[in-house]
Amino acid sequence: MKTVTLTLNKQPELYLECNDITPDAFAGKTPAEIAAIEIWEGKQKIPLGDFFTVEGSAGATPAETKIVVAGDCTRVKRIGQQMTDGEIVIESDVDMYIGGWMKGGTIHVKGNADSFCGIGMEGGELIIDGDAGHHVGAAPRGEWRGMKGGVIRIGGNVGNDTATFINGGTIVIGGDADIHISTHGEGGTVIVKGNAKGRVGGQMVKGEIYVFGTIENPLPGFKKIETVERDVEGVQAQFDHFIGDLGERHPKSKGQPVYAHLYVKA
Amino acid sequence: MSEIIIKNGFVFDPLQGIRGDKVDIAIKDGKIVETTALTNPKTIDAAGMTVMAGGVDIHSHVVGPKVNTGRLFRPEEKLFQNIKKTGSRMEMGTSIPSVYKTGYDYARMGYSYVNEAAMPPLHSPHVHEEIRDTPIIDISAMPVFGNNWFSLEYLKNNEIENNAAYTAWLLRATRGFGIKIVNPGGSEAWGWGLNCANIHEPVPYFDVTPAQIITGSIETNEYLGLPHSIHIHPNNLGNPGNYVDTLETLKLAEGYTAKNAFGRTQVMHLTHLQFHAYGGEGFNFESKVPEIMDYVNSHDNITVDIGQVTLDETTTMTADGPFEHHLRAVNNLKWANVDVELETAAGVVPFVYSANNKANAVQWAIGLEIGLLAKDPMRTYITTDHPNAGPFTRYPRVIKWLMSQAAREAQMDAFKHRDKVIDVTNIAGIDRELTLYEIAQMTRAGTAKALGIADMYGGLAPGMDADVAIYNLNAESMPSDAEEIEKAFSRCAYMLKDGIVAVKDGEIVAEPAKRTIWVDVKVPENAQVNRDIYEHFLKHYSLKLENYSLFEEHLHNPRVIEVNAAE
Ligand SMILES: [Zn+2]
Repeated sequence: MKTVTLTLNKQPELYLECNDITPDAFAGKTPAEIAAIEIWEGKQKIPLGDFFTVEGSAGATPAETKIVVAGDCTRVKRIGQQMTDGEIVIESDVDMYIGGWMKGGTIHVKGNADSFCGIGMEGGELIIDGDAGHHVGAAPRGEWRGMKGGVIRIGGNVGNDTATFINGGTIVIGGDADIHISTHGEGGTVIVKGNAKGRVGGQMVKGEIYVFGTIENPLPGFKKIETVERDVEGVQAQFDHFIGDLGERHPKSKGQPVYAHLYVKA
Repeated sequence: MSEIIIKNGFVFDPLQGIRGDKVDIAIKDGKIVETTALTNPKTIDAAGMTVMAGGVDIHSHVVGPKVNTGRLFRPEEKLFQNIKKTGSRMEMGTSIPSVYKTGYDYARMGYSYVNEAAMPPLHSPHVHEEIRDTPIIDISAMPVFGNNWFSLEYLKNNEIENNAAYTAWLLRATRGFGIKIVNPGGSEAWGWGLNCANIHEPVPYFDVTPAQIITGSIETNEYLGLPHSIHIHPNNLGNPGNYVDTLETLKLAEGYTAKNAFGRTQVMHLTHLQFHAYGGEGFNFESKVPEIMDYVNSHDNITVDIGQVTLDETTTMTADGPFEHHLRAVNNLKWANVDVELETAAGVVPFVYSANNKANAVQWAIGLEIGLLAKDPMRTYITTDHPNAGPFTRYPRVIKWLMSQAAREAQMDAFKHRDKVIDVTNIAGIDRELTLYEIAQMTRAGTAKALGIADMYGGLAPGMDADVAIYNLNAESMPSDAEEIEKAFSRCAYMLKDGIVAVKDGEIVAEPAKRTIWVDVKVPENAQVNRDIYEHFLKHYSLKLENYSLFEEHLHNPRVIEVNAAE
């Protein structure tokens, strides 16, 4: 594994759209070639080297390439978009769409990430040490085929609309979640270690949600059927098991209706 | 204006009976002229290429509120795909392309005219604003009549003259082209959450049957002598067993002959026949194309278009509100559905047609059977009911399937349920391969004649619009690989609109002015209809009569076809 270090050396007037800061785009390139990759500020294309100093070197393939992004990246968007392999470490807070549509590899954000991180995710691992904004691991606007796979771990709290239309994969939230979790969900798992505000699992037909704390406003479409013991994220505990959303359609599998499952720590 | 001569090409012009001969096409001031009329023309060398008139699409949904609803609620169609700028405006979208992409893509395929299949009269300003913004291609739009309160009441009482006066008024108010009927009676019943189960079941609260609506509309159309015939999307779209209703609907045309000054010979155009040719029940539906095409082939006062399923992800949209609501429950995707006051309804639902789905594969076969069992290609036309059965950008693929048995077999071999599909269809036993002449009949000559515009569009005779498509296909040695046919029809070598080269080597190079075509009918003054219109607007419409008719500034570059029914 070879490492390229990018250091943001001035703040953009608008926001930088850096969907080509990926191991896929960097692999096999010299630092000079990497500095020549074009990024967007507003409607203008600018060489990456105008904003970042480029040090180190990229590996021959994405899998052998690690990118470290240093400097204050709160106005930088779309790092790691559609990446398939390799590793990215972002040392600071970062703006929207980090790891969007990622298929493989790892992204580690040491600060907070703004909205839309991990949207349309298909594989790989996205770790945010701090908080994340809205639409974490959600389907892109209009799309009904949401997150398919991979893991998203948020250390802190998240905003609204986590995991909308989730189909697969896992999202673990260390803190609290605002309204709307797994809306229209058809698979996958969301684990909230803190509290959830409300509208948890609305119109969800399949998949699982675990809430370690409380749900401030639970939906009437979920019905408690039992209390079970579960080992979740290394925590052994009793959970109240609900099925739902009873207001939705219930497809059948082997003659049995399929429901979404909501577990709330008893 | 400059002069152009297109030399050495293989010309296919069914309106003049030209079957691939090397004929020079002369153009002056935007019109086709005799070659002797040219003095110093620029030459386009079409050696080794196929020359046809600009394509004429008889049925496509390209402008208006339901198309735009589709555009708005499918942003995912524009994500990472099909966004580009080669003409003067950005292009985007796939099954419901932006207005600009719509115009450019039709031009790239060599089409110069599109008939918008369903204009909700109340929303005609929106339709015309999008017509204006769709570049290059000339567009007409048919207002929807079959569920309109005025028409239902007049036709219930068999008041053809009154219905004709109202029709003439509405065509003028909306700058419309002809009489479109969608699920007659059924879309109105949908206002009460109901439908019409067959063409003899009265429309709830109106006491008129779909059959009466259809025959009354034929009589109205021929009384007025409109360029186009009634254009009908019959009842029970998509329901297995519906071929019975389709045959009964077609039989309603018996005894009627076309009365018009535009060379049209049919009294009924039945659209997207593929959706209406199903036998069997439930998911075990089967092809009834031979029964239907036997009838169509032997009755020359009928025309049809195919509505070919192209096996793509697309967006369905029709004025058939109850059908779209049914579709929503089939695939559980997002949906939109509206009732348009006294006039019509509409629904929009995304749909994924898959080669792995038996029903979709059967639909594919049924569509092609219609084209292949057609005895008169001047009366059977290529459409995909864009975007309902597939995007119009797949016409070249449909042409490939119709022209190549090998291409059809390759597609059938890719079906997950190949044998089951073959069991319930006739496609495997058909070895017919359509010729370039027949394709020209099905895509321009026949459609222009059926629309009553064959004096301007669809052919290359002197005096007609100089709309010409030149395809990279050598008619004397057609490619053995059918993919080359699809490629040639997708991106034409040249497309000329009004004598201006708009497309060269498949790319937009100029954007000549486009027109709005509409039909202005003179009828005798009719005090009763005037009063009915006034009263209905007073009591039932949400807006005033004065604000209803299209304002002149909405109408873009009009070409009006005048009809006199007052004498
Ligand atoms: Zn249609």
